[in-house]
Amino acid sequence: MSGQTVSLVMAGSGGAGVVTAGSLLLEAAARAGWYAYMTRSSGPQIRGGEAAVMLRLGTEPIASHDDCFHLLVGVDWQNVGRFAAEIPLGPQSLIIGDPGEGETPEVFTRSGAQQIALPMKALAKKIPDGRPNMVAFGAIAALIGLTEDVVVGVLRDTLKRKGEEAIAASLAAFRAGVEAAADFPAVPRLPAGKADTSERWSITGNEATGMGALRGGVRFVAAYPITPATEVLEWLAPALPKVGGVLVQAEDELASINQIIGGSYGGVPSLTATSGPGLALMTESLGLAVAAEVPIVVIDVMRVGPSTGIATKSEQADLNIAVYGLHGDAPHLVLAPTSVADCLFTTQWAVHLAESLQTAAIVLTDQAMGQARAVMPRAAAVSFIGQRERPAALAEGVQYKRYANTASGVSPMAIPGMAGFMYTADGLEHNETGTPSSQASDHQAQLDKRLRKLTGYNYGDHWADITGDEDADTAILTWGSSAGPAREALARLRAAGHRVKLVAVRLISPVQPEKFAAALEGVERVLVVEQSHSGQFHRYLRAQYDLPRQVRALHHPGPLPVRPGAIVEHITQWS
Amino acid sequence: MDACVKQREYTAKDYKSEVKPIWCPGCGDYSVLAAITRALASMQLAPENVAVVSGIGCSSRIPAYTSVYGFHGVHGRALPVATGLKIARPDLTVLVTGGDGDGFSIGGNHFLHACRRNVDLTYIVMDNQVYGMTKGQASPTTEPDWEGSKLTPDGAGIESFHPLVVALAAGANFVARCSSSDPNNVADIITQAIRHPGFSLVQVLSPCVTFRPEQQEWKHMVRTAVVDVTDDAARAARRLMTDDGFNVGKVLYKGNRPAWQPEPKGAVAVAELEADFAL
Repeated sequence: MSGQTVSLVMAGSGGAGVVTAGSLLLEAAARAGWYAYMTRSSGPQIRGGEAAVMLRLGTEPIASHDDCFHLLVGVDWQNVGRFAAEIPLGPQSLIIGDPGEGETPEVFTRSGAQQIALPMKALAKKIPDGRPNMVAFGAIAALIGLTEDVVVGVLRDTLKRKGEEAIAASLAAFRAGVEAAADFPAVPRLPAGKADTSERWSITGNEATGMGALRGGVRFVAAYPITPATEVLEWLAPALPKVGGVLVQAEDELASINQIIGGSYGGVPSLTATSGPGLALMTESLGLAVAAEVPIVVIDVMRVGPSTGIATKSEQADLNIAVYGLHGDAPHLVLAPTSVADCLFTTQWAVHLAESLQTAAIVLTDQAMGQARAVMPRAAAVSFIGQRERPAALAEGVQYKRYANTASGVSPMAIPGMAGFMYTADGLEHNETGTPSSQASDHQAQLDKRLRKLTGYNYGDHWADITGDEDADTAILTWGSSAGPAREALARLRAAGHRVKLVAVRLISPVQPEKFAAALEGVERVLVVEQSHSGQFHRYLRAQYDLPRQVRALHHPGPLPVRPGAIVEHITQWS
Repeated sequence: MDACVKQREYTAKDYKSEVKPIWCPGCGDYSVLAAITRALASMQLAPENVAVVSGIGCSSRIPAYTSVYGFHGVHGRALPVATGLKIARPDLTVLVTGGDGDGFSIGGNHFLHACRRNVDLTYIVMDNQVYGMTKGQASPTTEPDWEGSKLTPDGAGIESFHPLVVALAAGANFVARCSSSDPNNVADIITQAIRHPGFSLVQVLSPCVTFRPEQQEWKHMVRTAVVDVTDDAARAARRLMTDDGFNVGKVLYKGNRPAWQPEPKGAVAVAELEADFAL
């Protein structure tokens, strides 16, 4: 990680307003010219309940959370202890607590962190309509170097509708926090950020996924709500009609995937988003899209499984179902973005590939990536060449062959309304015209063709993000949201003189053996990093690729993220 | 020049493909296939602007036997495919074909919500009260005491499903029952169903002569219903609750709900949505 960063957490019970204060802080940091990365954790309650907002702010774009937090502010400590494992602290950390809210829980103090008292409630009480979360905000701003002028602007814009009095109350409470923190122990203070922020976005991974879908040309979406994918659909619901598309809420995931198959059969690029339980329901129809060669994209924002698991928390354990869940030999696309920003690119690419190759594409994001908000450089518009191929005019008396056994394996696809090209799309095995067939030769030919169109396609350099030293002897292999901490670990290792490279695989399936071999040329040892209990990615690599002799795996289940320090430790202690 | 040439008139044959049905001799579905092609011809719909969507089962094989656009998907999911197609392509005429197992058992939830949603679809259910493709098991519409299946040798033991009453309760906009023994009547009812906006359900009693040979008697048991069409769903439901299932040949209910069709609201460039994310 180049540049300076500061990591902080604000926590409190329901009504403490930590999410509001965290969002204001992120907005102010963005306007101050800093980059930001924010995640949230909340209790199981539907509304309210304890919450923690975790922010990392810095002078360069941020890939992941740090190993531990510099600052923990507890507006109160009710049930906040249950987030302890997600809030690593150390002796260098500072804990700010309200003495009126009782002792700081032992799970936090045993880190050896320095503690300091800030009577947030009492200070807020002195101000008409003053709130403790704004006092906390003020103290944090003072410590990290956020100036008041920026905060005033944010409060004015955010509280505009609540009126001048509300703005004045918030500002007074903020100032009380700033004053109180004047003699607090230091945490990293960030230098002034870049003044011009016009080329920056504040965006969540789920919003980026939605935007990628629209840039890819998706104009029909069927939706069934599920945590943590719902925001993809809720962002698309008002956005789609504006660009000439429609979104429909379906009765279940069986319906949502079949609706998009119908929409796409009609010629409109179509997508749905779900999480593990929904993907499990969709697998039969994913096979239909493969067999009938109907392009569709399914976003799986992964959460902790199996079954209902932990619906609000992240895990990278749907790789197996995404790759292997379909019955029969059903080659399809599986892709995974490697960052919040990459949710946009990878989704757009997935739409492009599904349309070009007339098959199903599964995009694996996860809760950590999907619900994280990043202040990042604006994502440049990318345009891909090529789209769904339409048939050319037929000579008199020639029958259209929907599933023509072409050299590339891609058969020009007619859509309803085109006269002379009427055919029946079928999940039954069929011959070239689409007529159902149980003949071995037709099955063989269609299997070959459906595989060939995927394996023969040139995916270019997008198959993986490869960074680090070209002559590295050590490589970190990872995917999805684990690529964030891996990027930071890579920077730290290289700064310490290690020759390391990082391969973050974006195209999970179909595999790219030649490109993979070239990427690992000269590499003697490989560390595989992922967030799954059984090491699904490691096993997948073992099954599909030639790996160097020395391979180690760093994997653990969700919801705890992989920390950059753990990766650095694995590599440095490996000798 | 073309403007002066009279458009060729479509006949029922123009909607039929060369593919030979897999059905048993005597199956009622032959008549329903003929009725569908006659209905399309009577409306002179261009074949390329019609789609027939189905799931799995004997009657679900119909798309390949037509010459219009067809979609033969997985078991129970014909209605969602058709819903997505019609919403994405409102210019098309979309028919859905299938049987009682596909529609009311594995696809039961979609059936309820297709009625509710009232997208402009015509759903033709060939009801033979049995799973034929899997060689004779009880379906949702099978009588509870039918002992002809090895799977439920003592009878299914549970009450049969009443699709038309359920459709009315769930909000279908057009409900009719007819018999494959009178294909002209079936064609007439399908034509009315296509013309009526919203979700139309046409139940066709279509005997399975192989696994329910007693259904060969249906042609003698059916009678033309003596009721007139109503727009009162409660009235239609009451009538249906008390009949024996053999009153056929009539449209029983025509509702007044407009079809549901979500519309795009504009055509701005995707780039304009970037404003959502600007600082």
